[in-house]
Amino acid sequence: MRRPTVPVPPSRRPRCRERWAAWGFLAPVLAYLVLFYAYPLYRNLDLSLRDYTVRSFVQGGARFSGLQNYRTVFADPTFVPALTHTLVFTALSLIIQYAAGLALAVFFNQHFRLSATLRALFLVPWLLPLIVSASTWAWLLNSDSGVVNAVLRWFGVGPVDWLTSPQWSLVSVVIANIWIGIPFNLVVLYSGLQAIPTSLYEAASVDGASAWQRFWRITFPLLRPVSAITLLLGLIYTLKVFDIVWIMTRGGPGTSSTTLATWSYRLGFGSLLPRFGPGAAVGNLLVLIALVFGLAYIHLQRRQREEA
Amino acid sequence: MTRDLARLGKTALGLLLTAIMLFPVYWMVNASFTRDQDLRRTPPSWFPLHGTLEGYRAVLRDQLPHLATSLVVALGTAALTVALSAPAGYALAKLRPRGGAALGFVLLIAQMIPGIIMAMGFYAIYLGAGMLQSLGGLIVADSTLAVPFGVLICTAFMSGIPGELLQAARTDGAGPVRTFWSIVLPMSRNALVTVSLFAFLWAWSDFVFASTLDGGGAHQPITLGIYHYIGNNNQQWNAIMATAVVASLPAAVILVLAQRYVAAGVTAGAVKD
Repeated sequence: MRRPTVPVPPSRRPRCRERWAAWGFLAPVLAYLVLFYAYPLYRNLDLSLRDYTVRSFVQGGARFSGLQNYRTVFADPTFVPALTHTLVFTALSLIIQYAAGLALAVFFNQHFRLSATLRALFLVPWLLPLIVSASTWAWLLNSDSGVVNAVLRWFGVGPVDWLTSPQWSLVSVVIANIWIGIPFNLVVLYSGLQAIPTSLYEAASVDGASAWQRFWRITFPLLRPVSAITLLLGLIYTLKVFDIVWIMTRGGPGTSSTTLATWSYRLGFGSLLPRFGPGAAVGNLLVLIALVFGLAYIHLQRRQREEA
Repeated sequence: MTRDLARLGKTALGLLLTAIMLFPVYWMVNASFTRDQDLRRTPPSWFPLHGTLEGYRAVLRDQLPHLATSLVVALGTAALTVALSAPAGYALAKLRPRGGAALGFVLLIAQMIPGIIMAMGFYAIYLGAGMLQSLGGLIVADSTLAVPFGVLICTAFMSGIPGELLQAARTDGAGPVRTFWSIVLPMSRNALVTVSLFAFLWAWSDFVFASTLDGGGAHQPITLGIYHYIGNNNQQWNAIMATAVVASLPAAVILVLAQRYVAAGVTAGAVKD
């Protein structure tokens, strides 16, 4: 997951020479954004509005087909499952990551011996390449030789076909994604906790509030702005998760763990007969959803800045 | 006395939670040293008792070129990202041109676009330009993961540099370029380290761009090396996990040597200053 930052808005106008210098310093990044952000996105939009075949993809001259690709996508039997799985995947990941991250943040905020070191170690899952995490989880959840099934056998349960049965494949990728997302939630919520004045807790202790009451009456309400940002950022970044799902299950078996991101990839790159038009259409739908929440994030960030 | 005991209990609980959280990582390392015939045993062996280096021999045999490619791509991405971010950060933070806020907004939005969508656009462009399977093309694509983040980090950091300092330089006759090179850049070391670390790590870990833009190429990064191992029907988990361990080394090194930069990068912006 990656997090945006907010630049400081300009307040006073500098002299004319500096204004030219400013645009000089910005020129490389502006050219970069046009060439390597706007242009790929434009090409992607163009792909979704034309009737591409492999031949016309290479040689050009594909017919303009309006929204035909979008209609194809909406009518596809994969559309409803992919959308549902994206929502379930995102919601489950977010709620559990947040709850676990918050519990751990409160726990580590108590400053016991080794707490800083252990908190740093919690960052490991977040730093590992996604393909490493995904293949490690594929190995842990392996039906025959996975350690998860070995442990379940002790309790007389299973074996569960985590990755190869339609009932469990989505659950499996959610588990792996939660593991990767916990560190981000922990670190951000922990830094939010640091901003709460300890005097509040001391006063509450004097008044005889229990630890549970202190959490629900002080910590949780005061952490609300940070929580909102964490959840919204998590939402934006969970929507676009691709690597984990593709490497663990390729969206299968069948379409049982297909999300919009993996579906888009499968349409465009997953077979010998690529369908770039519909693939790009699915991708653009995903961009649209991400943008809605992205704008909500920016709005929230601005409002909190004004209140501060 | 009871207080000490309570603190000890918390440390014990902390150790337990960390052990649970890091168990998958241990299991990866364990499998990387375990012979393939032992990996299939029930119950699984909890320690690599009959340890083998066969997996790592496979890494040396098959994956060295992939590791070299990843190193080149990640270093290139880090350099490109810093070269683009630092001047832009200076302009946005200190020279404050009209329209700077709008640019900041565009950068925020840019970070929210899923990589798979960028990959499809890049694929269409690179196909026409003959840039598929080129290292330069992969570096440029990977840098899109980091440039918006880099500019925003640099802007946030550089706006903390005292204005009087730059004013003094101006009084001494230094122009914006001189000020940037001799004062702003050296003072922004921490921000530049953070940006290059994350750019390096994201490019090193990238799978989406590698698989779409570089599949079948002569120079494939390590993520594709692992992916091909997994794709083999006869899955050699020992070799897969050994490669995974090696691919995780940069993350481990960064965590040990540059932990404060990592924490700074994670929290930057998510929490208001």
